[in-house]
Amino acid sequence: MTSPTQSPGPAIVPAPFATTHSRVVTALVYDKPGVLARISGLFRRRGLNIASLTVGPSEKPGLSRMTFVVEGPENIVRHIAAQLDRLVDVIQVEDITDKNTVWRELALIKVTATPATRTEVLNLASIFRVSVVDVGAGSMTFEVTGDESKIDALIELMRQYGVREVMRTGKVAMLRGTLVPGDPDGSFRVKNGVARLAPAEMAGGDSGSV
Amino acid sequence: MAPRMLTGGQIVCEALCAEGVDVVFGIPGGAILPLYGTLSQYPKLRHMLMRHEQGAGHAADGFARATGKVGVCFATSGPGATNLITGLATAMMDSVPVVAITGQVGRAAIGTDAFQETDITGATLPVTKHNYLVMRAADLARTVKEAFYVARTGRPGPVLIDIPRDVFQEKAWADDYATVKMDLPGYRFPTTAPQAQVEAAARLINEAKRPVILAGHGVIISRAFAELKELAEKAQIPVVNTLLGLSGISQEHPLFVGFPGMHGMAYASLALDQADLIVAIGARFDDRIVGDAKRFATNSKKVHIDIDRAEINKNVRVDAPVVGDVKNVLKQLNPLVSKATHVDWVRHIEHLKSEHPSLKIRETDRLLGQHVVRGISSVTKGDAIIVTGVGQHQMWAAQHYRFKQPSTWLSSGGLGAMGYEVPAALGAQAGSPGKLVWSVCGDGGFQMTMSELATVFENRLPVKYAILNNNHLGMITQWQDMFYRGDHQADAYTGNPDFVKLAEAFRIKGMRVTKQEEVIPTVKEANEHPGPVVVDFVIEKVDHVYPMIPSGQSVQELMEEPL
Repeated sequence: MTSPTQSPGPAIVPAPFATTHSRVVTALVYDKPGVLARISGLFRRRGLNIASLTVGPSEKPGLSRMTFVVEGPENIVRHIAAQLDRLVDVIQVEDITDKNTVWRELALIKVTATPATRTEVLNLASIFRVSVVDVGAGSMTFEVTGDESKIDALIELMRQYGVREVMRTGKVAMLRGTLVPGDPDGSFRVKNGVARLAPAEMAGGDSGSV
Repeated sequence: MAPRMLTGGQIVCEALCAEGVDVVFGIPGGAILPLYGTLSQYPKLRHMLMRHEQGAGHAADGFARATGKVGVCFATSGPGATNLITGLATAMMDSVPVVAITGQVGRAAIGTDAFQETDITGATLPVTKHNYLVMRAADLARTVKEAFYVARTGRPGPVLIDIPRDVFQEKAWADDYATVKMDLPGYRFPTTAPQAQVEAAARLINEAKRPVILAGHGVIISRAFAELKELAEKAQIPVVNTLLGLSGISQEHPLFVGFPGMHGMAYASLALDQADLIVAIGARFDDRIVGDAKRFATNSKKVHIDIDRAEINKNVRVDAPVVGDVKNVLKQLNPLVSKATHVDWVRHIEHLKSEHPSLKIRETDRLLGQHVVRGISSVTKGDAIIVTGVGQHQMWAAQHYRFKQPSTWLSSGGLGAMGYEVPAALGAQAGSPGKLVWSVCGDGGFQMTMSELATVFENRLPVKYAILNNNHLGMITQWQDMFYRGDHQADAYTGNPDFVKLAEAFRIKGMRVTKQEEVIPTVKEANEHPGPVVVDFVIEKVDHVYPMIPSGQSVQELMEEPL
């Protein structure tokens, strides 16, 4: 009897979305049961993968702000903001992939660190401006904030010592505060302190909102 | 009016009355009984007791399509609510305004797998425009108001309100319904379109040499009949309807072409293919029209007018999107469109019609489905409301009925729900008492929902049911012939009931037709009969619907009937 690992098995099926495209979308949503299910159901029905998702209270009581990184076929992923906008519990949604944004990710990384390697590990990690949040007998845990590539780089660097556990928040993103016509993205203006999509971007027209 | 202390059930009924509801299709059950317990206080709400909740959903849908008003259905928790799902999904796919009210187990029992408990708001997420679980009687009036508003505005759709049994019984202060405030900051829909979009569309229309309008269900939903006609006539643009767009323009109109796609008229598909501009109005470029998107209408630019911006560029790349309500957009657009004639192009389409006589019926002595629809069309002069199920009979009805009046074509286009025809016709008739309603049924679909004949009889609804009975799931037979090497599996009914006796068992007049020459006299007799009628038209057993563009292909693969 051959074990499953020895059998030749079927050819490896290519990843479902060979031309995976990802978009970063932020949404202001009601903070109540079922809202995340509506949103994730919308992604699921279209075969999209949520690469990361962060949710937290917004500056407005009763409303949460979410940042998604969504992956899937380009033609479908590009529609995602318009689809989300159809949900009644979604107050505001913006695809900020190509916009002028600031974004950050936080990670906790537990690295093997024996008394012999501890100093070396700490020295290397400090280049990434980590905070040490925990030290154990054989490990250290760092907190690091930054963009995705910085965190990726730190994790790669730590592999030689042994990365025991990684917990990443996923991307949180926000439009920059000063957005005037003529900014590199060109499509924003600030009105009453709130960045709004220019009318052409909305592809909407007069709103019948209540 | 001063606020009054009412039960949740009373608040719901008062809200329904205030919304102008006069008929509700439903079935009671334990969890919704408190609501039924208040119905007697509201005689304005006529309740039709259905035989299955799927029927309640379809009846509300048929009511809504025929009247343009919101259709309402009731069901209890658990199986009552899950049985509604096909009806809701049909309404969702075809953008039909329906409000469904379901009972739920008491608040304390939610989440305990209680008897007849189903998470129906979870289950209906993908098949409703929005849904609610209401946990306080004080929220009911606002929720019903929001539900009706969301169902009928923007791109319409079904909204479900799930109400626990004890919320119907809980008392709350009820204000005058007119003063109840909605709280929908996240609900937006466009009304008019940005002027720049309209101007871009007008430019393309004014430059076009071979324009075609593809008028969809949006024209009917938005009641933009006059505006569509004005645009077509002003610039002499031939009009192709989508399947659900049928009846949006009179088929007597000289610029009416037909409907394209999988079983549409060949000349309508060819007109789309050969056009240099397609003006899609309230149409969503469904795959039954587009087929292979890469080869669809490659010679043309596209203007796409739609209220739902998520439809823009979804299936087909569009050159000029115009996002807004169809009627408003056409009012903006028509003044910018130059008067024009396209004499050669219109003549070319006439030529296509004569080259490809898609509506020609082959010579035969046998009774065909087409003969039946032609007969109904000629006797009713194209003025009846036509309701169909799904399959061959649906395509023959779409092809051969000459619609003259708007909103008279009711068919489950998007979901393709067999069995729609029996209850939806009942709902349409309930909403349009003076009108003649003919339900063109397949023998398969009819048997899925025929128990609603009892509802038809009880409520004295004079619906005329024409069963195109070939003792087969005809479209299955056709696909097995064409795409499964003639390997016929599970496509034939060898023990169908006697539909005439069946009708009589329901105390409904039943008739049978087996010959071509009997069609017209029988249809006349059915029309003259004051009550409901079931006519068993025994048609050719095995027949194929032509033309046909196989799924996912293009007009190059179009097959026509060998005449």
